[in-house]
Amino acid sequence: MKQEWPLYEVFIRTKSGLSHRHAGSVHAADDEMALTNARDTYTRRSEGVSIWVVRSDRIVASDPAETAAFFGPAEDKIYRHPTFYDIPDEVENL
Amino acid sequence: MYTQGLDQAGKSGTARSAEETPERLEAFQARIDAEEKIEAKDWMPEAYRRTLVRQISQHAHSEIIGMQPEGNWLTRAPTLKRKAILLAKVQDEAGHGLYLYGAAETLGVSRDRMVADLLSGKAKYSSIFNYPTLTWADIGAIGWLVDGAAIMNQIPLCRCSYGPYSRAMIRICKEESFHQRQGYEIMLTLCRGTGEQKAMAQDALNRFWWPSLMMFGPSDATSTHSAQSMQWKIKRFSNDELRRKFIDVTVPQAEFLGLTVPDDKLHFNRATGHYEHSDIDWQEFYEVISGNGPCNRQRMAKRRKAHDDGAWVRAAAQAHAAKQAARAAA
Amino acid sequence: MTVETDVAAYATRLGDNALVLGQRMIEQVAAYPELEEELANANFALDHIGQARLFYTLAGDLEGAGRDEDDFAFRRPECEYRNLLIVEQPNGHFGDSIVRRVLFDSWYLLLLDALTRCSHEGLSTIAARAIKEVNYHLRHSSRWLVRLGDGTDESHDRVQRSLDDLWRFTGEMFVPDVLDDEIRITFKGPDLGSIEATWRERVAKIVAEATLEMPADQWMASGGKQGRHTEHFGYLLSEMQYLQRTYPGASW
Repeated sequence: MKQEWPLYEVFIRTKSGLSHRHAGSVHAADDEMALTNARDTYTRRSEGVSIWVVRSDRIVASDPAETAAFFGPAEDKIYRHPTFYDIPDEVENL
Repeated sequence: MYTQGLDQAGKSGTARSAEETPERLEAFQARIDAEEKIEAKDWMPEAYRRTLVRQISQHAHSEIIGMQPEGNWLTRAPTLKRKAILLAKVQDEAGHGLYLYGAAETLGVSRDRMVADLLSGKAKYSSIFNYPTLTWADIGAIGWLVDGAAIMNQIPLCRCSYGPYSRAMIRICKEESFHQRQGYEIMLTLCRGTGEQKAMAQDALNRFWWPSLMMFGPSDATSTHSAQSMQWKIKRFSNDELRRKFIDVTVPQAEFLGLTVPDDKLHFNRATGHYEHSDIDWQEFYEVISGNGPCNRQRMAKRRKAHDDGAWVRAAAQAHAAKQAARAAA
Repeated sequence: MTVETDVAAYATRLGDNALVLGQRMIEQVAAYPELEEELANANFALDHIGQARLFYTLAGDLEGAGRDEDDFAFRRPECEYRNLLIVEQPNGHFGDSIVRRVLFDSWYLLLLDALTRCSHEGLSTIAARAIKEVNYHLRHSSRWLVRLGDGTDESHDRVQRSLDDLWRFTGEMFVPDVLDDEIRITFKGPDLGSIEATWRERVAKIVAEATLEMPADQWMASGGKQGRHTEHFGYLLSEMQYLQRTYPGASW
């Protein structure tokens, strides 16, 4: 029992209509404590209307070493972006 | 602020791991030069990681120890409004310590480890918090001068090359924007008050002026880590540059209060556009850093006691969580 | 005595409870078991100080004698403070603080709940605001009581002792005096008798979940509402009022 409390990542929705965003982390012995700790740490200035907490060791993340393999292939698919298409200015509502 | 660039222990070791090839180091520096942010799991040279861990944890420790001198006046704050403001400020310091520990943890060092280093005396914290708060005016002086000096140092850190540190600093700077103003407002109220109150304010300035200047760390000539930190964009301005900037903005503020800065050589140099001041007593600075300030022992004793007194509570929460998990599994 | 001065006295009492508890919580800043708990403690203390300011300001307005929140907090002697004895007891360890908060907050929450429905607008407005804060405090403190009670053997024994020690200060929460009756009758205010039943039920539930024993019925201390305090209280006030008393008339 000498170890520190587990680390949790905290995500806050600042107002209805927006997504939750990573705010930081807290330590807590259990999920309920993580939630209240997140509330008391990250919403002191009414920054939130909803909180998610998740144990840091449960997050599955992509590996920066594989950045090229993961995200490179999307870079040359410029036809996915609207600016790729040449439409005369006089055509409206497109 | 709170990172005075004091590094006795971590002399940049020559032991470089095999993976730190010249190509990799060069590519890393190129990312920094392009103002790209380095993120937690990105490859980084060991010395970069070590420098950050040292600096961020030192910053975090300073926030935590920094709760004590101001906390000393919480129970005696003169009005309910002042009490609430001071409590909110001291609470922010706890919060900022927490954000910073969190930023350092992304580099693979546990909070337990950092706390253990603080409690054993291995890790340092800002010298300023080893000075006592003797009167209510000291609370004003700390907000005005100490937080003022902190802001000078912290604003450039918002652009630090390490993402998690930079994000923590952005949040901290935003939250701290009221800290210096409330301090100056306390000073202003005292200076417009009774003769006794004004004397209290002058006395606080006398005691906090020099220690505040020392907060920026040793002068550039003797600061060992500045060059590398600047190259890595962990640091953006030198200690002396920041100190000069602080003096330039603060002296007129003291004049507005009708207070005298305790330095008879202080004068404005029209040619340079800066104030010139007496030499800083670096002997005092190094004494305080190495444990011989007025409150070093007291601050550490209080921190250790809080940590030790809390051991059974932390263990109980863990034991309960384990029981709950076992019950859920059954 | 007019009705206004009665409500003023009643609001002062509520302000006293909030301020004195807040002051005790402030004493523990920088001494908490974990950093996250520092933030929580400061939040709760700030809530209590905020409540005290609202209640005192209301009292000052109703009284009409020009007293402001700081006159109430800093310029009254011990005997004019009418807080419950439980809030002025010195801090012990973390478990003592948690038990005090569970016992007091459970009562305070029920009281505020009744006040939100009373017919005095000043009181009901403050109560509506404070009840949200106290609701959260109680969630926090009762979860902690369960962790400590159902934690290690050591923590279990420590909080059982805290509970047994502080129990004697719970009696006076439910003994109405003239002022309580006046607020209940004139403004449909809290009925301490019915609050007691609910309080017992709720506290018993938390205590059971924490695997602790409810203390046996015993002699109860009282006097807070009459201004007869325990010895500890004078020190709390001396410290809190030090600047205002040393420099009378100065503004800060």
